Amino acid sequence: MENFFSRYKNPLALMAVLFIQVVGLATQVKRPEGARPGTTGGGTRLIRVWTVTAFTPVEKMFVSTGHFFSNGWHNYADLRGVRKQNRELQDQIERLQMEQVRLRQDADQARRLQALLDFKEKFISKTIAAQVIGTSGTEQSRLITIDKGSNDHIKIDMPVITPDGIVGKVKEVFPLSSQVLLINDHDSGAGVILESSRLQGIIKGTPLGELQINDIMSDEKVEPGERVVTSGGDRIYPKGYAVGTVISSMPDRDNDPFLAIKIKPAADLSRLEEVLVITKMAEDTQAGVGPTPMRAADILSQRLPSVPKQDPNAVKSPGGTTTGAPAATSSPTPVKANKPVGTGTEQKPGNPVPVNPSLAGPGTATPGSAANPLKPPAAGTGTPTSSAAAKKAGAETKKPPSTGTASATPSSAGGAAATATPSKPKPTPKPAPKKSPSATTNSNTPGAPESKSPDQSGTNAPTATPSATPTPTPEKPPR
Amino acid sequence: MNSSVSLTSREEIEVHRFSWPVSIGIPLVAIFLQVFLRIRLLTILDLPLLVTIFFAVARRRPIPGMITGALIGTLQDAWTGHPIGLFGIAKTIVGYLGSSIGVKLDVENPGSRFLMTFAFVLIHRFVYMAISLQLVGGSETWMWSHTLLSALVNGLAAVVLFALLDKLKLRN
Repeated sequence: MENFFSRYKNPLALMAVLFIQVVGLATQVKRPEGARPGTTGGGTRLIRVWTVTAFTPVEKMFVSTGHFFSNGWHNYADLRGVRKQNRELQDQIERLQMEQVRLRQDADQARRLQALLDFKEKFISKTIAAQVIGTSGTEQSRLITIDKGSNDHIKIDMPVITPDGIVGKVKEVFPLSSQVLLINDHDSGAGVILESSRLQGIIKGTPLGELQINDIMSDEKVEPGERVVTSGGDRIYPKGYAVGTVISSMPDRDNDPFLAIKIKPAADLSRLEEVLVITKMAEDTQAGVGPTPMRAADILSQRLPSVPKQDPNAVKSPGGTTTGAPAATSSPTPVKANKPVGTGTEQKPGNPVPVNPSLAGPGTATPGSAANPLKPPAAGTGTPTSSAAAKKAGAETKKPPSTGTASATPSSAGGAAATATPSKPKPTPKPAPKKSPSATTNSNTPGAPESKSPDQSGTNAPTATPSATPTPTPEKPPR
Repeated sequence: MNSSVSLTSREEIEVHRFSWPVSIGIPLVAIFLQVFLRIRLLTILDLPLLVTIFFAVARRRPIPGMITGALIGTLQDAWTGHPIGLFGIAKTIVGYLGSSIGVKLDVENPGSRFLMTFAFVLIHRFVYMAISLQLVGGSETWMWSHTLLSALVNGLAAVVLFALLDKLKLRN
């Protein structure tokens, strides 16, 4: 037996070393559910931590020394011609300031429109700049090492980007450094969307370090040059960030019904120097909108030319029709007790009624309309706002609104606004008000029935409905 | 106190000795260069593998050779995103084979060094692939052209590198 061991000492030692390593490998591969590879097993983790932690200060020293000399040289070189450069920069600042003003306006508009469309886009609220200090050194694993770690609040799975596009995500975090898995690693993946065709897919790395999308059907048309951006569906990368451009698109031989779309990464992954780690993303739908969200109709109404405020005396209708708010019109029916103030006020012919938002009919008692009583109706719905009533006082009976929905202005928050449902065709207003001078010139008239929505409960909608309805009531209307 | 590592070959073969700083420093420098110098060529070059081969061949003793390979490979594994042990196992085998072959072949000749390194790169790659695919469940693909190119480049580099490292040998 002793001879056996002495004779086969070397192969046995080899077997023993290999066995130990295979066992170590198995503990990493056969890990508990939910654990990530390479992070379980205290020994494994420690080897990685120790190695990286031991090397990182040395590398930082090398990098900073190199940067010291490099910066020193550049500083000297930069001093030459700095006066000329200063002038150029001043000019550039002026140009940029002008451009900034324009861009700010565009950005404000974009934010407003985005809020109007109720987009909830992820906004990056905090990033950390990090310097690339190393790589994995092999082609089998495309990682980079950055000089920020858990001491800088870096966490696993944080996205890493550059101004050009996404880079990857944090895979391992050490106290002084972190490892970033590049998007062209074959273990990497990201949800993307083709910008013009809006096709969604998952981009993956290939063993050769290329980027490829393999899950788009071959009957789709994908043109080279098309931009690819992140879709945000992977919950790691923020939506809309550049990933790259399509280089080629051809049927995948190994994956038959799908295309093999090769992507050129937007960020130069082989020459990364500085990167940004997104440490915080916040949902901000109110950005740039102000304390209260604005609706499309508000913006439109602001842009439309406004009608100058009229003198209340001039609002008097020559035909004896009442003016003012629709709900404040002379109702042929007795005033009900539960009507809000003003809604039951019977306006005698010739009595001008100042435009008062509090007297507005259904959906008109809104902050927006109250604030802008003379604003034209938004969204083209023939909205029966008090402003519209004031505007059309005296002459409104001749031209009933075509699609009056009796809905609130879009600026009105809450239930009244929610009743703006012009999908159903509204009955064309009968000419009855025209014929009957006593009939009120209520612009709500045609839409009053539609205004009976549950959302309007508690508003003055019910009060306006009977008064605005042209249907004859049991009582005889005054002549 | 003996201040050098005994890296002797068999008594009848030339005995090589390396100082402690060389024994520890050269592998660390190789890993350092491989990991931190972001040179594209270095991803084809495998400096830790070349150092493993050099020490294994110079030692001509399988156990120190494979332990050297195991340590270098494990350190290299720490920088990858893969489970630790892939490079470790591959370099252990290379170290063992290098030590064994150093006894039987003339490994001082540049031509034999080129061929030996060429073969070891292929073996290293094959073992790595086998472990990755069979044990870890990786998705590696064998690319002949790339592997042969890598073996060629490493073989040529080995001729130069080994000649430089020969100067660090302490000869009796």
